[in-house]
Amino acid sequence: MSGKPADWTNGQEAIVYQSCDACGGVQYFRRGFCAVCGSDTLQERRASGVGTVYATSLVCRAATPETRAHVPYNIVLVDTSEGFRMMAHGATGLKIGDAVTARFASFAGRLVPYFEKVT
Amino acid sequence: MSYVTGVGLTSYGKHEGLTSLDLMSKAAELAIADAGLKRGEIDGILCGYSTVSPHIMLATVFAEHFGIRPSYAHAVQVGGATGLAMTMLAHHLADAGVARHVLVVAGENRLTGQSRDASIAALAQVGHPDYEVTLGPTIPAYYGLVASRYMHEYGLTEGDLAEFAVLMRANALTHPGAQFHEAITVADVMASKPVALPLKLLDCCPVSDGGAAFVISREPTSEARVRILGCAQAHTHQHVTAMPALSELGAEIAIAKAKTQTGVAISDVRYAAVYDSFTITLAMLLEDLGLARRGEAAARVRSGHFNRDGEMPLNTHGGLLSYGHCGVGGAMAHLVETHLQMTGRADNRQVRDASLALLHGDGGVLSSHVSMFLERVR
Repeated sequence: MSGKPADWTNGQEAIVYQSCDACGGVQYFRRGFCAVCGSDTLQERRASGVGTVYATSLVCRAATPETRAHVPYNIVLVDTSEGFRMMAHGATGLKIGDAVTARFASFAGRLVPYFEKVT
Repeated sequence: MSYVTGVGLTSYGKHEGLTSLDLMSKAAELAIADAGLKRGEIDGILCGYSTVSPHIMLATVFAEHFGIRPSYAHAVQVGGATGLAMTMLAHHLADAGVARHVLVVAGENRLTGQSRDASIAALAQVGHPDYEVTLGPTIPAYYGLVASRYMHEYGLTEGDLAEFAVLMRANALTHPGAQFHEAITVADVMASKPVALPLKLLDCCPVSDGGAAFVISREPTSEARVRILGCAQAHTHQHVTAMPALSELGAEIAIAKAKTQTGVAISDVRYAAVYDSFTITLAMLLEDLGLARRGEAAARVRSGHFNRDGEMPLNTHGGLLSYGHCGVGGAMAHLVETHLQMTGRADNRQVRDASLALLHGDGGVLSSHVSMFLERVR
């Protein structure tokens, strides 16, 4: 595992996570080892973008000029179908427990994952 | 064994023209005088950090500035839990004989030393740089996420949260050093500007200038004997994305360890000093600590249980929400107030009985926890 992940944190339309060959654990924050068992035999996988809303907060007061242009924007925590939790943007009005799927949106000059309710 | 032998606290709010070192010095001078000591008798220094004036060696910067040459000194950084974490360390240092009198000090001109936006942006950096901060969250948003989940699981309402803001403000009205002096109602909280929903402006602590300090000593220095009975920490995560389930948070772990260590039961506690960066923080911590049953803290506020003359007086100075929050010093004001209550020096705020106190601090996004019991010894 070297270099940068090919995911939204580097401007690519993908959510990437790691799974551990040794213990089967999954993790979202990228590291060179499994935070559960310490093994360095990790696979990088592309997530489906499917999940369930765990928590939401609608940001109405932002701290920088770049982010202020976007208020209000909804910050969400999503429990993905692959078993890890991630922070992302979400459609306003999303509720905890909603089944959601990710697309990507532009925010403050970056690409960010944006979850919408599955209809 | 160790004792809190002296406390010092400035007013919180605006201290135009004062630096972080100035505010630390003012608080330190008050605490050392309160302990009946001279500067030269301080042989240990623990200090917090200043986001306005960051330094890799703040404790020695302060020691030189203040004019003392301690045999033990360094800074500690655990976010909002720093004050109690330093107190815990000072307790162990004194108990182990490393130092006789440890000065615990923090101060910051966080309000006038930088823009409010700069404060908010600096604090948002507790988030993950790649996976969180890039999304534009703020500290209120991290806690807003937790609030939404807690409300979902335990049925709290925004009106319930507002009760905690109203109580802290009512307490602050009786303290001349508090940042806010206007009474507020639940309706005011509900109508205040949205910040990071479900949290609104009056659910959030302010940004303040201020300083706080105490002296932790191996032996009492006066008749006002406040002993540190025991303390414990728990650290379950840093980032809200990695937070465990609400039933597995660090407050429950820390308080369980502190109770086991000291033999103290929650029913023994007479005064509570609990971290209250946001209304949700206070609601959750009261329930995690066992000072209210799950989902029932707001009802206990409404019934007067946590009032100054109630069964469990809480943050009688007004807490972070209304006394103010100057960073590390913010939650140290809780300990200063506790000491004043325990030694019968809280003026018009004095409670009937503060013989045994529970203090709890939280840093990050419910990431780092310190629980502590103090006892008045006669």
